[in-house]
Amino acid sequence: MSRKISMKTAINEALDLEMRRDPTVILMGEDIVGGTGAPGEDDAWGGVLGVTKGLFAKHGDRLLDTPLSESAYIGAAIGAAACGMRPVAELMFMDFMGVCFDQIFNQAAKFRYMFGGKAETPVVIRGMVGAGFRAAAQHSQMLTPLFTHIPGLKVVCPSNAYDAKGLLIQSIRDNDPVIFCEHKNLYGHETEVPAESYAIPFGEANVLRDGDHVTIVSYGLTVHRAMEAADALARDKVEAEVIDLRTLSPIDWDTIIDSVERTGRLVVVDEAHPRCNLATDISAFVAQNAFGALKAGIQMVTPPHTPVPFSPSLEDLYIPSAEAVAAAVRRTLAPSPRSTLAA
Amino acid sequence: MTNTPYPLDKADLLQAYRTMRTIREFEERLHIDFAKGDIPGFVHLYAGEEACATGIMMHLNDNDRIASTHRGHGHCIAKGVDVHEMMAEIYGRSTGACRGKGGSMHIADLSKGMMGANGILGAGAPLICGAALAAKFRGDGGVGITFVGDGASNQGTFLESMNLAAVWNLPVIFVVENNGYAESTAMEWAVSCDSYIDRATGFGLPGVTVDGTDFFAVYEAAGEIVKRAREGGGPALLECNMVRFYGHFEGDAQTYRAKGEVENLRANRDCIKLLAQRLTETGTVAPAELEAIDREVNALIEDAVRCAKAAPPPVAADLLKDVYVAY
Ligand SMILES: Cc1ncc(C[n+]2csc(CCOP(=O)(O)OP(=O)(O)O)c2C)c(N)n1
Ligand SMILES: [Mg+2]
Repeated sequence: MSRKISMKTAINEALDLEMRRDPTVILMGEDIVGGTGAPGEDDAWGGVLGVTKGLFAKHGDRLLDTPLSESAYIGAAIGAAACGMRPVAELMFMDFMGVCFDQIFNQAAKFRYMFGGKAETPVVIRGMVGAGFRAAAQHSQMLTPLFTHIPGLKVVCPSNAYDAKGLLIQSIRDNDPVIFCEHKNLYGHETEVPAESYAIPFGEANVLRDGDHVTIVSYGLTVHRAMEAADALARDKVEAEVIDLRTLSPIDWDTIIDSVERTGRLVVVDEAHPRCNLATDISAFVAQNAFGALKAGIQMVTPPHTPVPFSPSLEDLYIPSAEAVAAAVRRTLAPSPRSTLAA
Repeated sequence: MTNTPYPLDKADLLQAYRTMRTIREFEERLHIDFAKGDIPGFVHLYAGEEACATGIMMHLNDNDRIASTHRGHGHCIAKGVDVHEMMAEIYGRSTGACRGKGGSMHIADLSKGMMGANGILGAGAPLICGAALAAKFRGDGGVGITFVGDGASNQGTFLESMNLAAVWNLPVIFVVENNGYAESTAMEWAVSCDSYIDRATGFGLPGVTVDGTDFFAVYEAAGEIVKRAREGGGPALLECNMVRFYGHFEGDAQTYRAKGEVENLRANRDCIKLLAQRLTETGTVAPAELEAIDREVNALIEDAVRCAKAAPPPVAADLLKDVYVAY
């Protein structure tokens, strides 16, 4: 049975299904139950935006509210994972990663390699990413490239409810540490989602739209901007292929390269800060491995190299728009300087 | 030695002596071989501190977890990690405890409950809270012990973990190995409180301070605290005051220490000498029995070094192995 539900509900459903299936799955985070120790109702919040609401009623003390102490509880989730549990720790806003990153990139990510293959750390760290919530510089970053940079971590960033459910279920079953990035402006976004359990394998991008003229690669919220741009371009008879990466580590290089070899043009859209991000990474990979197929310079669409601004008028300028994506596509279609010279 | 709640029979005492001697011999051998240039990387020696690891670990089994520090060899040996595998690891060999991928600062053996030495100061405290949480969920009575030096005791992770362990009532023991120095910086200067008991009290934990060079003092205090944690009584802090015989790491000229300081410590506060004295003076053990252990330990370490040197290094394919379980 499939019905239209929001990404927030899909995430809640994935957590519920996995907790039913596997008794070693536990959840922890600040206010993920809400009201612990307070005189009012239990289960008061279900997370700061209500993603885990209702799970306490179903799973009781397998949900642990934590003190405000990211280093301690994220580290505890990792330690518990190394001792046979499958914790899903919520970091609320990924921007708080700075407080506890050591536990993730020096501990969880390295145990297996550093200990000669003798450790498994099946932990999921989930949290909100992304701009557009008027939440300003410390609650709006993507930071996805930071996680992707680290060997030993897997990085997931769904663009819709269907993917969020299947990817989160896979993340929980996965035996490596996973950073699960939830774009806060997609929580309300609805798609058809089966009620039953399903897992989406990592490293398999989703081709959302076929096209022969240009390849647009993105992930997370900007996938929707890319689709809007593709629709607008189609009215001008430009057919864009839109690839949603879904997972950033591992990444589906084959789908990207196959597409670029067909279209000869590449636009990469990344909401993360522009230096050393997914856009630069993918551009470099394509330039190195499919240079001969390129008919035009690669275009990157990213925010400017600034913190995320607060004022709505500025934040709207900051986030890559559908118009910016379409303009980048048009740049790849413009005659190259060399052919202009030849003419 | 029998009028305590934690009686030790002769076999236990000889085992304690053997463990401490093994650690000492292991470290002294590394000191010599490092100077010869045989050993790559950073090596932090536990010599002088053996009573602490030994006195605590004698209360633990493989089901109990420990999170160690950069100065982890003693914790490993006392927790039962194979000495040959440790030596091979320090030499960077494929037969090492971590197949040569970790080295001195990352020796681990999860099958023995040893969750790793750690190159990041204070990082073990949150991890051991997780290990204790897992034990609590399983209801298997397992406890977690995290070691920190006086230096690392200033880390937020350590302080946060004491709070978390108290709030969640976890079976965790926070052991402060106070050897007076963090690299070259004195504990008296860098630690704001006079007593770690004050820090423990601040987080609602019982705290105990013992002379960490006195095996019996460590053993008794740890026994009480471990028992309490196992029975659901919650976390506690144990401060062991101890002494470091060598530099912070091998190659440290130790110009920050007072003249004669180390010689004095070696003469008067050598935990192994003190244990041997107690055992022989009370007539529990004959000197010849200890000498026999010494010889066995020497042979063991000699063999570990010989095997490590003869073992093959990892091969090129190992560079890419074990980054992920599956990718
Ligand atoms: C987070 C972090 N900061 C600094 C260091 C460098 N460092 C390694 S050991 C050490 C001093 C540790 O002192 P203490 O905790 O007292 O342990 P001891 O060496 O005395 O056993 C320092 C500063 C580190 N490895 N990790
Ligand atoms: Mg110290």
